[in-house]
Amino acid sequence: MDFLALFDLSVLDSTVRLATPLLLACLAGLFSERAGIFDIGLEGKMLFAAFFSAAVAAMSGSVWLGLLAGIAASMALSGIHGLASITFRGNQLISGVAINFLAAGLTVLIAQDWFQQGGRTPSLIGGGRFEPIILPFAEAARSVPFIGPIYAELISGHSILVYVALLAVPGTWWLLFRTRFGLRLRAVGENPAAVDTAGVSVVGLRFVAVGICGMLCGIAGAYLATGLQAGFVKDMTAGRGFIALAALIFAKWRPWHALWATLLFGYLQAIALRPDIIEGALGFRVQVQLLDALPYILTVVILAGFVGKAIPPRAGGEPYVKER
Amino acid sequence: MDVMPKWAEVILVPLISLILAAILSALVILAIGEDPVAAVNLMVTGALGSSYGWGYTLYYATNFMFTGLAVSVAFHAGLFNIGGEGQAMLGGLGVALVLLFIPWPHWTVALLAAALGAAVFGALWAAIPAYLQAKRGSHIVITTIMFNFIAAAVLNYMLVNQLRPQGAMDPATARFPEAVHLPNLHEVLAPIGINFSKAAPANVSLLIAIVACVLVWLLIWRTPLGLEIRSYGKSGRAAKYAGIGAVRITMVAMLISGALAGMMAINNVMGEAERLVLNAVEGAGFIGIAVALMGRSHPFGVFLAAILFGFLYQGGAELALWTSIPRELIVVIQALVILFTGALDNMVRMPLERMFLAARTARTSKSVEPAE
Repeated sequence: MDFLALFDLSVLDSTVRLATPLLLACLAGLFSERAGIFDIGLEGKMLFAAFFSAAVAAMSGSVWLGLLAGIAASMALSGIHGLASITFRGNQLISGVAINFLAAGLTVLIAQDWFQQGGRTPSLIGGGRFEPIILPFAEAARSVPFIGPIYAELISGHSILVYVALLAVPGTWWLLFRTRFGLRLRAVGENPAAVDTAGVSVVGLRFVAVGICGMLCGIAGAYLATGLQAGFVKDMTAGRGFIALAALIFAKWRPWHALWATLLFGYLQAIALRPDIIEGALGFRVQVQLLDALPYILTVVILAGFVGKAIPPRAGGEPYVKER
Repeated sequence: MDVMPKWAEVILVPLISLILAAILSALVILAIGEDPVAAVNLMVTGALGSSYGWGYTLYYATNFMFTGLAVSVAFHAGLFNIGGEGQAMLGGLGVALVLLFIPWPHWTVALLAAALGAAVFGALWAAIPAYLQAKRGSHIVITTIMFNFIAAAVLNYMLVNQLRPQGAMDPATARFPEAVHLPNLHEVLAPIGINFSKAAPANVSLLIAIVACVLVWLLIWRTPLGLEIRSYGKSGRAAKYAGIGAVRITMVAMLISGALAGMMAINNVMGEAERLVLNAVEGAGFIGIAVALMGRSHPFGVFLAAILFGFLYQGGAELALWTSIPRELIVVIQALVILFTGALDNMVRMPLERMFLAARTARTSKSVEPAE
């Protein structure tokens, strides 16, 4: 038995790559839910962004234009979610469900109309993709025992969006917990009436939060289609938006914990791709389906409060009605 | 006093939402360079122009009646059961186990047993989220979403590792025995002289779905339990003071909801495929949400909305067959219906309420002179 093989560098490397979209979507949800707007439409926004980033990157040949298009597309869906759940005080969960279906349907419909390839975009080549970035001295450091390979394989050689995602963690923490904006944003998710009394616009703050959520989901989607893979295929998010939602609850709506939670779920996805390693390390076969279901099972356990209770922001899911 | 008369609430609001969704769908069709009028014509002839089309429309409608009722019952208790998909998957597993391992002499007994198996499996799958909501306060929307994914993994495991016949490649069970074949509408209607298409999958479970609509109506509006469910849905706190147990109502409503979603399997698994395949549910659990919203959670509304969505599904399949419009158009329409009848309900309602209010004040000021 080779227990250490479970932490093989190649597995950890794909952990980082698979955790990136989860992390971005998880932080997206964090902004929205901390401001009191539940968002089960993360999946749809990511999918929408994945398609538009790949489509624009394929047509223009520029991955950066693709990224912008993905962010814009995702923010458009955020606008619908904001309109439904903030302006018209509709049910946030139903709006999220609608957005997921809207994205699932429209992406294939438009892809078929634009590219006639059965609901996919052409494969991205060259400047249409985010290329891995080799950090300085990565090759030179490879020979250094232990640290060298970690630096060269695990830390270096990812696309820029991976580093953006990692930097977004301290960024989110700083914005939420060290700025006035962050204090207000958190307050609007706990007690909007108090924020309103202080003369700050509840509607405005919530729209900003939903907008940031759209932007981060847009980056997540663009990473899926232009970094992790080379192009858009139908339903390519494959439930990642819901795993991110699960990670958000697992992290109890905190940025640093979101990083650990998404790394854990990313690891589960990475190791599920290598059943040979699991069998070699543990000496028995673990059902792939169990690994697939594990993030969801863990989330239910956490939600049930058997291992540290997850308490969502107090005003989450409730539309705010100004007193008259 | 309500601002709007009842007919406006029940008919006008859903109708306007539906029209808005239809207009946007037409714009989508225009945007991809197709003719919306031709598309609608094709859908109507394809779905309603022959008994074959009707057979598919009603087959889909049967699925949606079960899942729509499931979502409705939970809605009445103030619960959003988004897990109909998973519950229907488990219902399929229940049907498969009942039919594969017990030799049934006749389809009638088999149907009763299969319906029971489907209901029990569906209800059990809803029971865990219900219990966690009632006892531990875990948000039922999140837990039911998670349970959809867990259900998919369970079904995958059961089909790939346990139920797949030896040597078979695709993850599916063996075919059910010939004795449990459900009569389709052709066989049902032939004795009374109606010649219905032989090839269409609509079958006797349509009748069971209609009975389920009636039973749910009786339950919700004609029994003490229904009153308790509705009171709890309107105001949990008020219901508590009236002595209605939150835990009991949450559990009972979700068990009924899960059982209804599970019972969909007698139509798609027992009636149509006659074996359990991996993607047997095909999103019908989610369409139940649109159907319940459209039908305003009333069994008769659900019945009509289910037929509408059955029409959309069959019509959409025809579109995909004859034009370059992919099937996903239906997913877009479904999303728009959910958006307008569910999330943007107030957008439609608010101007209407203002209109009725203005009309009423105009009327009262004319008949009664202001006392000045």
